[in-house]
Amino acid sequence: MADHPRHPIRQDGAASVAVAPAPVTLALPQARVRRSLGQLLEREHVLAGVLLAPTLLILLVFIAYPFAIGLWLAVTDKVVGRPGNFIGLENFRVNLNDAIFLRAFQNTFVYTFIATFLKLVLGMAAALLLNHHFRFKRIVRAGMLLPWIIPTVLSTLAWQWMFDATFSVFNWMLMHSGIISKRILWLGDGVLAMGCLIAVNVWRGMPFFAITLLAGLQTVNPDLHEAAEIDGANAWKRFWRVTLPLIKPIMLVVVLFSMIATFADFQLIYVLTRGGPYSSTHVFGTYAYEIAMRAAKLGQGASISLTLFPFLLVVIVFQLWYIRKND
Amino acid sequence: MATRNTASSMKRRTFLTMTGAAAGAATVGGIPGILQAQQPPSFPKGTKLHLLEWVSFVPAADVELKRLGAEFGKQAGVDVTVELINFNDLNPRIASAIETKAGPDIIQFHNNWAHLYADGIMDVDELAEQVDKRDGGIYDIFRQGTFVGGRWKAVPMGTSPATFAYRTDWFKEAGAEKFPDTMDEFRKVGTELKKKDRPIGQAFGHSLGDPNGWAYAVTWCFGGQEVDKEQKRVLINSKETIEALKFTVAMWKDALDEGGLAWDDSSNNRAYHAGTISATLNGSSIYFVAKRQFPDIVKVTDHGHMPKGPAGRFYQMGPQARAIMKHTKNKDVAVAFVRWLMDRPQYDSYFAANDGYLMGPTPFWEKHALWEKDPKLAPFRDSVKFGRSPGWPGPPSRKASEALVKYIMVDMYAQAIKGMKAEDAAKWAEGELKKAYA
Repeated sequence: MADHPRHPIRQDGAASVAVAPAPVTLALPQARVRRSLGQLLEREHVLAGVLLAPTLLILLVFIAYPFAIGLWLAVTDKVVGRPGNFIGLENFRVNLNDAIFLRAFQNTFVYTFIATFLKLVLGMAAALLLNHHFRFKRIVRAGMLLPWIIPTVLSTLAWQWMFDATFSVFNWMLMHSGIISKRILWLGDGVLAMGCLIAVNVWRGMPFFAITLLAGLQTVNPDLHEAAEIDGANAWKRFWRVTLPLIKPIMLVVVLFSMIATFADFQLIYVLTRGGPYSSTHVFGTYAYEIAMRAAKLGQGASISLTLFPFLLVVIVFQLWYIRKND
Repeated sequence: MATRNTASSMKRRTFLTMTGAAAGAATVGGIPGILQAQQPPSFPKGTKLHLLEWVSFVPAADVELKRLGAEFGKQAGVDVTVELINFNDLNPRIASAIETKAGPDIIQFHNNWAHLYADGIMDVDELAEQVDKRDGGIYDIFRQGTFVGGRWKAVPMGTSPATFAYRTDWFKEAGAEKFPDTMDEFRKVGTELKKKDRPIGQAFGHSLGDPNGWAYAVTWCFGGQEVDKEQKRVLINSKETIEALKFTVAMWKDALDEGGLAWDDSSNNRAYHAGTISATLNGSSIYFVAKRQFPDIVKVTDHGHMPKGPAGRFYQMGPQARAIMKHTKNKDVAVAFVRWLMDRPQYDSYFAANDGYLMGPTPFWEKHALWEKDPKLAPFRDSVKFGRSPGWPGPPSRKASEALVKYIMVDMYAQAIKGMKAEDAAKWAEGELKKAYA
């Protein structure tokens, strides 16, 4: 009611009512709309909805829709160029009888858990070191991020050269320092090749852990450390009893992100071994790609990829539950 | 405007008449007739055409293909895009083009892809039959890869065969005046070479080219085969396959470079140029790079055929071909472009630019002057007669593809090399092939 004085009818007087109907009918709803929109946006749940809408839309289009298509493909016999027919869980049954799939299954878990554990341990160690004051601290911190910033394919190609059967720089150094007399075939043996893949993944992913954990460490109040020190706690006890509990939430988030990314890793393995030698380093990502893209069996390929989903879901639900519980 | 009116009034029939005349001229009128008749037809202004091919190992071939695309575009009034991407990226691009019904109008296919993507590409009977009739018949090995369900699904443009590149000087020192003709001789000379730290190089890692080149071919040379002709019965677990496995394991110990288990398709090229191996099964790219960068090596490099086994001499091979996508809105232009590229003058210039890396789709190209110019390339020319595709003696089907991409044959050899008994490796492959061919 406060805006009535601005209304043309009241300003022009009764005589003008007959000559100015059009502006009246236009201006009145506009003002009302503006006002009601303003009032509407003042309601918290409406404003939240409006602000979240673009994100939701992006998630729906780029995450939910492809996921739904993936689910559908996994239960069909879809091949490139032909419509797929619903075949229930047949693709999954075939996978369970496929020795290469079972190997990929095992490899995916070995790769993910060992790599994530090493990234956490080394990332924490690096974060603790970087949390001290020393010269060129900023340059070192920025430099640490390099492996994470460089496109994976490029850095992996460099590693491929370093592991090359003929030209490996590691072999050259080991031979010239007299440690070995015969070259090591880094990618020519199943176990060794898996070790190399894990090492490269750790090299690439560790900086993410280090920098994120460092951010967590910097939120820890130094007074707490001082108090613990006065109480007689040594460095290890201070870390275990003070630092670790305080940065646990951020640590769990980092581990969660890293596990998801490592479970679904593709580029690194595809560039270095393509699942070889003798299919000993296939993971879900690389094997699904071969079946879906090279054999054109999109349904089967989707079913291989989707095998990840329940495991990832369990990991995510557990970690989120744990974080909330501690909150 | 006059040009535009003429172009827009051109119908498919007119265009077919024109290109038909070109084909006729090629057959009866010689090169002047060809040049006169084979002007590309013109199309409505603004017509676009997108060709997707691999990045060739011979850079001059890519330059020539782009030049041909530009020339066709200029003459036909069409905006031609020639896009070249890595070989390994072609499969995803094809799948995405077919599924989204958008993207390139023409895509280069390799091996049996016409079987894999048959539902997303046009029948091109007329185009392929024209090449077939004009040039003395498309080789069977290429027909098998592109002829699906009684229809030509892609126009074969040849292949890039592999033979053994070898060091003539080192082979002479090891007692071989020429490249060994049989597997036994091969192992014998290989043993001598390895004693002098000059092993033969062969990849057994996961890479679609070289490792399969050995696995399939050596199995066939010893008389083994994956399946029967109907691809109903898996036959890999045979005494012939076991012999091939035992031979390979013996070769591995006595003659081959032990880095091979970790090699991909490019490792042997690097090793040969670095002088760490004396021979390797490869396309002619080793030779071309040596010509440009390693003059001392090229002087002592020649090529030899895959040695004969008890069942003969074979190569694992498949065609390169051009497929027109079903979804294209420019079918007439695409057909005209593929026809024009396969017409002799254009194909000749592309063939010459490949400098021996490309073997033509028909016997006509066996007589090309290029082979006389450099006799060292002759084994590439002749290798096509010994070519077979995965799935032989059946067609290179979808199922054969699955066996290929699972590297079942390669892994059978790799596991035997790593110590699995030959009998067990053959049994393992039998189990896996049964699933692939189910």
